[in-house]
Amino acid sequence: MAARGGPGSVREAPAWASLGLGLGLLLLLLLAPGCGGAADKRIEDQAEQLFKSGHTNNWAVLVCTSRFWFNYRHVANTLSVYRSVKRLGIPDSHIVLMLADDMACNSRNPKPATVFSHKNMELNVYGDDVEVDYRSYEVTVENFLRVLTGRVPPSTPRSKRLLSDDRSNILIYMTGHGGNGFLKFQDSEEITNVELADAFEQMWQKRRYHEMLFIIDTCQGASMYERFYSPNVMALASSQVGEDSLSHQPDLAIGVHLMDRYTFYVLEFLEEIHPASQANMNDLFQVCPKSLCVSTPGHRTDLFQRNPQNVLITDFFGSVRKVELTTETVSLRPDLSSMGYSHLKCQKDEELAEPLNYAEQLPVAQIIHQKPKPKEWHPPGGFILGLWALILMVFFKTYGIKHMKYVF
Amino acid sequence: MGLLLDSHRRRALARLLLRLNTPLCVVSYLAGVFWFLGLAFSPLTQNTYISENAMGSTMVEEQFEGGEHAISFARDFIAQRRKTGSLPVAWLERTMRSVGLEVYSQSFSRTLPFPDETHERYMVSGTNVYGILRAPRAASTESLVLIVPSSPETLNAQAVGLLLSLAAYFRSQIYWAKDIIFLVTEHDLLGTEAWLEAYHDVNITGMQSSALRGRAGAIQAAVALELNSDVVTSLDVAVEGLNGQLPNLDLLNLFHAFCQKEALLCTLQGKLQHSDWASLGGSLHGLQTLMLMVLRQASGRPHGPHGLFLRYHVEAITLRGINSFRQYKYDMTAVGKTLEGMFRKLNNLLERLHQSYFFYLLPSLSRFVSIGLYMPAIGFLLFIPGLKALELWVKLNKADFGPEEQLGPNHSPAQPIGQDARGVALTPLVAPVLISQATGLALYLLPVMGQHVAAQHFPVAEAEAVVLTLLAIYVAGLALPHSTHRVVSSTPRGPDSGWMALKLLGLLYLAIQLGCISLFNFSLGFLLAVTMVPAAALTQPNGPRFLYAVLLVLVSPGATLLGSLFLWRELQEAPLTLAEGWQLFLNALAQGVLDHHLYGALLFPLLSLGLYPCWLLFWNVLFWK
Repeated sequence: MAARGGPGSVREAPAWASLGLGLGLLLLLLLAPGCGGAADKRIEDQAEQLFKSGHTNNWAVLVCTSRFWFNYRHVANTLSVYRSVKRLGIPDSHIVLMLADDMACNSRNPKPATVFSHKNMELNVYGDDVEVDYRSYEVTVENFLRVLTGRVPPSTPRSKRLLSDDRSNILIYMTGHGGNGFLKFQDSEEITNVELADAFEQMWQKRRYHEMLFIIDTCQGASMYERFYSPNVMALASSQVGEDSLSHQPDLAIGVHLMDRYTFYVLEFLEEIHPASQANMNDLFQVCPKSLCVSTPGHRTDLFQRNPQNVLITDFFGSVRKVELTTETVSLRPDLSSMGYSHLKCQKDEELAEPLNYAEQLPVAQIIHQKPKPKEWHPPGGFILGLWALILMVFFKTYGIKHMKYVF
Repeated sequence: MGLLLDSHRRRALARLLLRLNTPLCVVSYLAGVFWFLGLAFSPLTQNTYISENAMGSTMVEEQFEGGEHAISFARDFIAQRRKTGSLPVAWLERTMRSVGLEVYSQSFSRTLPFPDETHERYMVSGTNVYGILRAPRAASTESLVLIVPSSPETLNAQAVGLLLSLAAYFRSQIYWAKDIIFLVTEHDLLGTEAWLEAYHDVNITGMQSSALRGRAGAIQAAVALELNSDVVTSLDVAVEGLNGQLPNLDLLNLFHAFCQKEALLCTLQGKLQHSDWASLGGSLHGLQTLMLMVLRQASGRPHGPHGLFLRYHVEAITLRGINSFRQYKYDMTAVGKTLEGMFRKLNNLLERLHQSYFFYLLPSLSRFVSIGLYMPAIGFLLFIPGLKALELWVKLNKADFGPEEQLGPNHSPAQPIGQDARGVALTPLVAPVLISQATGLALYLLPVMGQHVAAQHFPVAEAEAVVLTLLAIYVAGLALPHSTHRVVSSTPRGPDSGWMALKLLGLLYLAIQLGCISLFNFSLGFLLAVTMVPAAALTQPNGPRFLYAVLLVLVSPGATLLGSLFLWRELQEAPLTLAEGWQLFLNALAQGVLDHHLYGALLFPLLSLGLYPCWLLFWNVLFWK
């Protein structure tokens, strides 16, 4: 997916361009009179690709099912995914965050009001504006299933509902202690893989999603997605059946493991993603090889209609409207969507190779409080050591040991 | 049912039982003994591991640096102690307050049932001082205790210093989820007992003490510290508590984990861990450690202040700093860091320690034997009284066998069989049983009750009077029962049935008692079983009587205690001479009685009211005429 735009066709989005976004539609701004047929065709193709992604809104349901201080890492897992989706543009109103325990305010936390995901307090995923929708004892199997299927009591506030529709891409992230075919909620109940699969089918039948990405970080995680049967679901898990998922980042000062391995590497990967990233799902599948994870992460794509290679990470983790600026005139035929669309889709679905650069319309730099640090290059430690050794050797060779006192 | 009702088969079964009885008993006894000896060897021991998730690993950054501070506190404490002549309560209160604790004190007094000559105390009164560090961000519903016992003979000044220094350091941390109680008790265990009773608002031992004005919720765990030198070469851990109760194995595992983390030298029963566990030497070393633990557990004494916490279901251990002639020494900072790590991890607890074992034996700090693996040893031993009782029962009901049966060497076929020969006459047994029990009761009550009378009439002190009365009644018990059965001598059932019935009763009584004891204190149960069971099984009024009598005397509870003392010192590589052993034995008797009255130790009543009368029954069998 090498990005190569036509000269002059891509501009930085002017700030006022975002005003048109409220409608939830993609905008195509026509700024200049038309030129010729060939150019028209090319620009129409671009427009087609622009409309290609089938979703118009993004939702995320992020669940941590574990209580207790020693499960700090599960809260950090969930908060790190929360941080990523929020950074990539899903607003709090579209995120249902369920945390079974409050680590930031736990009296055992030596650093109150923080949840760190990296050792030595490098990254605080708790942030300043975490909105937890379901917390502590509200995190139950019942509430979770009600949120998914939309069968909530009428009094439920909007922030606690998943108000998705058939154009919604939903990210579901779960973490906790699990076993073969179940995930434990709190210390009292479990959700089984069959219940979860049935809930997804209900969502499908109630037209509550367009596509769904399911990620689970738990022991024997792959068992949780093996019963899925609803279409358009892609699933990832941190470990295969019979495997444990392992923790990472033991921190002596805080006294617990800060994260699980799989989510740690997912977070590292997501930190590199920005709203215009072209990284696709295949990249996500390879985020944590066995050498890093110790467990074998799994994924399931047979229910999903599209090739994972064509599914952008931001289709699920972001909520970015695409805006294209052009100086050329495009005459849109009224029947474009009815006849031309399907024709073009059949013909050029996979090899539609005129990629576009999307204008960045969101003030990303402001959203990301903590920019990914530019990696500073250091000479390898051995080299420096060798250099010093050489210097000392030359020194001794030249002056002998008796001049040592001038050195120190 | 068919098997039991069919008289032919029943007879065959009975015959088989009689024929195989002796070999079965021998095999069972050997199996029990060898199973026990095998406990220290590799298939029966497992590596210890921390089960409690909430504590997790030793992931703590220890930052305690107050070793020097602790020593200066200790110097001050010694100086103040010398000035006041008792626990410097005012100084302790002031110092604790200055490091930011909520300070309270409690006074207590107790008159001992008779003067304690080992500790030289009779009318004891003292004061406990404790400071509570309130967890800054948690409700005061749970707490941990760090306790230092201080008494005139062991001052534990360095431990007090370290306690104060740790309190100052802990006060500056914000991560506490449980209150921490820093407790200094006077008169070691007496003070601890007074404080614990007052804390839980009970009075079980007749201690007079003032009520506590400050509490900190349910105590989750306690660590007792005994240090008497500025540097230590090793830390010894004591786990055996009152009546052989043990703390949850996780607490010990936690200590062991931090020992390894801080690279401290840690010992159990004063024994270092053998470097090579798998070798024969290592296993024998483990067996030695395990035997020491069995002896200490069997004694039922609290081996440190932690022992008294266990009664309240508070998991506790005692750490003792040892300063020997080893080259490498650890300073207070190292010990403090170990304690800091342990308290950080205990602070993470969400419930009481319950995940790991409560019943275990330890051949070393890193290996343990679980209850499921050591109980068969006593199971084999208790099989013997069962078998013997069954044999006696069959013999007593010999009418079943018909006249053609040859029952055994004791049976004379010419004996006339009464019409209700199937039953066992109980009336001749009433007198011996009653007399034995009465002797037991006298043994339990008279020494303490009659001490003043004895002290008036004989030229001895009260403490000596108690011990000597004890011995006198014990020995007098041997002379008593020779003629008891003659009181009701209506022997309608032949000469043997009387003693057989008595022995049957004795065997069942013994088996039940040992079974019950081994459930709550395996070590005591096993020690008593391994000695008493064979003698009880062999005893009968005919055969080599003198031999039986010697054997029976050797396995009587008192002789077992004496033997255990010798074995204990032998295993500690400090063998006793006979005179020393006797002196130690007299001391142990006095201490046993005192422990019962002061802390509620059960060994003395168990022996005097349960096992001694039972043993007298067998003595009675031996001299049945």
